[in-house]
Amino acid sequence: MAKLVKAATAGFDEKNDVLVTVEPIASGVEVDLTSKVMHQYGKHIEEFIKKVVADAGFDGVKVIAQDKNAWDYTIKARVLGALERGSKA
Amino acid sequence: MSQLTEDAKKRLSRSMMFVPGNSPKMINSADIHGADSLMFDIEDSIPVTEKDTARLLVAEALKKLPFKGERVVRINHPTQTPYGLDDMDVIIPAKPDLIRLPKTEDVSEVELVAKKIEEVEKANGWEEGTINIIVAIESVKGLYNVREICHGPRVVAIALGAEDYRADLRTTKNKPAVELLFARQTILLAAREAGIRVIDTVFSDVKDPEGFREEVEFIKALGFDGKSCIHPSQIKIIHDVFTPSEKEIAHSVKVLNSYADALRNNKGVIAVDGKMIDGPIVVRAQRVVDKAWAAGIKVELEEGAERDVK
Amino acid sequence: MLNKVNREIPLTIPALKGREVYQGEFALEAKTKRAGRPMHTTLAHTSKVLVSIDEAIEKTGLKDGMTISFHHHFRNGDYVMKLVMDRIHEKGIKDLTIATSSLSPCHDFLIDMIKDGTVTALETSGVRDALGKFLTQNPGALKRPLVIRPHGGRARAVTCGDVHIDVAFLGVPTCDPRGNATGMIGKSACGALGYAMVDAQYADQTVLITDNLVDYVYPYSIPQTNVDYVVAVEEIGDPNGIASGAIGITRNPVQLKIAEMAAQFLDEAGIIEEGFSFQLGAGGAPLAVAKNISEKLKAKGVVGGFGVGGATGVLAGMLEEGLIKAVYDTQTFDTAAAASLHNNPNHIEMSASMYANPWTDCMVNHLDVVFLGATEVDTDFNVNCMTDSNGVLMGASGGHSDTAAGAKVTVITCPLIRGRLPMVRDHVQTVITPGSSVDVIVTERGLAINPARQDLIEKLQGSDLPIFTIEELQKMAYDRVGKPEDIKVSDKDEDIVAIVEYRDGSIIDVVRKPLD
Repeated sequence: MAKLVKAATAGFDEKNDVLVTVEPIASGVEVDLTSKVMHQYGKHIEEFIKKVVADAGFDGVKVIAQDKNAWDYTIKARVLGALERGSKA
Repeated sequence: MSQLTEDAKKRLSRSMMFVPGNSPKMINSADIHGADSLMFDIEDSIPVTEKDTARLLVAEALKKLPFKGERVVRINHPTQTPYGLDDMDVIIPAKPDLIRLPKTEDVSEVELVAKKIEEVEKANGWEEGTINIIVAIESVKGLYNVREICHGPRVVAIALGAEDYRADLRTTKNKPAVELLFARQTILLAAREAGIRVIDTVFSDVKDPEGFREEVEFIKALGFDGKSCIHPSQIKIIHDVFTPSEKEIAHSVKVLNSYADALRNNKGVIAVDGKMIDGPIVVRAQRVVDKAWAAGIKVELEEGAERDVK
Repeated sequence: MLNKVNREIPLTIPALKGREVYQGEFALEAKTKRAGRPMHTTLAHTSKVLVSIDEAIEKTGLKDGMTISFHHHFRNGDYVMKLVMDRIHEKGIKDLTIATSSLSPCHDFLIDMIKDGTVTALETSGVRDALGKFLTQNPGALKRPLVIRPHGGRARAVTCGDVHIDVAFLGVPTCDPRGNATGMIGKSACGALGYAMVDAQYADQTVLITDNLVDYVYPYSIPQTNVDYVVAVEEIGDPNGIASGAIGITRNPVQLKIAEMAAQFLDEAGIIEEGFSFQLGAGGAPLAVAKNISEKLKAKGVVGGFGVGGATGVLAGMLEEGLIKAVYDTQTFDTAAAASLHNNPNHIEMSASMYANPWTDCMVNHLDVVFLGATEVDTDFNVNCMTDSNGVLMGASGGHSDTAAGAKVTVITCPLIRGRLPMVRDHVQTVITPGSSVDVIVTERGLAINPARQDLIEKLQGSDLPIFTIEELQKMAYDRVGKPEDIKVSDKDEDIVAIVEYRDGSIIDVVRKPLD
């Protein structure tokens, strides 16, 4: 299992984008999501983020996502981007 | 060379729209304007601090979204910059149609990219030629090596990148762009000799549609297959200029039908509207019809009149 | 009871006792006579001009439980409703019904007056912003649910007496002491006064409020014979909120793409021909359609018939250029169109009844085509333009269902995806216009023709437009953003926020409180 070495951010606070911050925690994957489409996609996005983190082989990650109508591919790219940045010392 | 690569050299290539590679909003709607090719840029439009996220964004978009049109990714140069190798690692497995190699100066650079593509194709079990290369000439050195570059592995198209080339020449932008004439013609000749597509540089003033149209007409007259563009409003103008007129189409149909008729009946000299028809005229007529078909125009030829000119 | 668009209408709630559910666009016919204001004797040499709104409230005998009306020609620049309601509030009059042609964000002050019982019922075409949110979240705040009517439906309801207005308080940009009034001139000029014309004619008493009292007015939109009192005040509105400067054509490439396809569709369907008549909304995208239509009219060398407003400078420009022969205008959106109404004899003002009242000869019945926007559509072609994707009131019924029912061809322009939300739903949140009125939906990724219109489908065969089924369009959206979950709403009778009337007065839908 890969671990973060530091907190990191990727993405932008812009339309169709999501600002993702990852922070190291003891274990598990936690998601703290705010979204413009909470009612319609909130559950899906939370599960999707957890899956992206797990598929990338990480554990012990808190993901804070501020979503402004990002599509799934963008959410995935930003989470991966934040994880990559948080893995480099 | 693979059949896929051969086919990729002949794709309709009137318009290549630049899409900034770190803008989800632009990527989401990139393909609704009907550009023949979409060029996702992770090179010059991306600041060095965001190279990592832009390449991920474009890769995920390519994997997930069903884009209409040819999908091109302009990567950072693999030897001149520290980002290009990582770009290739992330982008090529996302299966774009073309990798655009900027600032190409030597065929060895093309070989480097082609080798990586080959590895990924094999690893994924993709057919050879699934992914090909468009090179961009942006310097005097590149221009001097252009013939060899055009014959590089998987090269199916070439573009001129004018900004860096101008800087290299130590000149500025002129109207008309006299400073580009030699480069445009040199690239065009090299492309024609190698049998690949050739696409002109961008026209950056989106508020000057008349000036843009003039330039498109000019490069079409030179022989270019298409033009790069930076705004959806430019696509329509390019397609307009590159779509054959009704008159051209009608004449071409006549030429092809007469030619077929002559072959069938072993006629020697053929004339259409009082003018003699020979090989090049038939080839040109077929190209006009091909372009019309590509533009969605219904053109019907008599049985057996279609020529293979590819 | 299930209505013709498959909405369950709870006819058992008090507000819907004895009402008809929606049964089809022209299912209900007029059976009544017109209502009418009582005759008022006006003595010789008396003045209608009062010193204050207070005096007008007193003279009209306004009291608890009455219905008062306003118009929305001043849009978000309206001061009149607040001027009047503040005085009513001060006098302690309670339990009023406000029947207004529409509401804007500047009317959010009503929240406090609803809370303290000054206003206990509200009838309108549109409601937005804080007031929309408040009403959505507090269904019990009013004594009965909000009533939403389209413009033609309101004109019908007032004309036949379904809505009885005790006192109409109507802001007018210019007026004379006898009550002849116009909206074309004055510092608060708004152009046409189509909605006010109906109220002035049918209210028991009509009070005009102006900030430009002059000796004589002609031409007038409201005649002195329909007016009881005139009050002059400092300002009836904020000119910047009343009419925008010339509304421009959108620069948004997605909107332009939609407009271009919509115009191409019209062309290929053979609709753009000599004398063809149309209505366009006032948004940036419909105006882009106008530009495309103009180009096609010019290219074909034909002249259109009439255009209907919501008039804008773009429409007025087409008239000026001779591309169409007349503009019929019930509500004027920008200063360029207001000037045209004043100066061009072929720019013709009309009342809301003449515009869209289904129980009279209205102009929407003469339309060849109408272009309308939508918040969302569904696979039955139903349109919602009233509630947002979270079920909150934020739009207006407007002339949507009126024009869609009247026009030969109704074209809806709507993005396929807004933000992340697919705009082609299985079921729209709120039905304003039934799918049977809708013929084509144009999105940036293609268009869908209502299968009921085989004639159009045949005409467009072989077109190079990207034509899909509505289900295919929906799938294109889902392929990109996934399928959204439906909003959950309360099924309790007491959580009914609003009743949505169709233009004939039948109930086409209800708005229910969303659950968190």
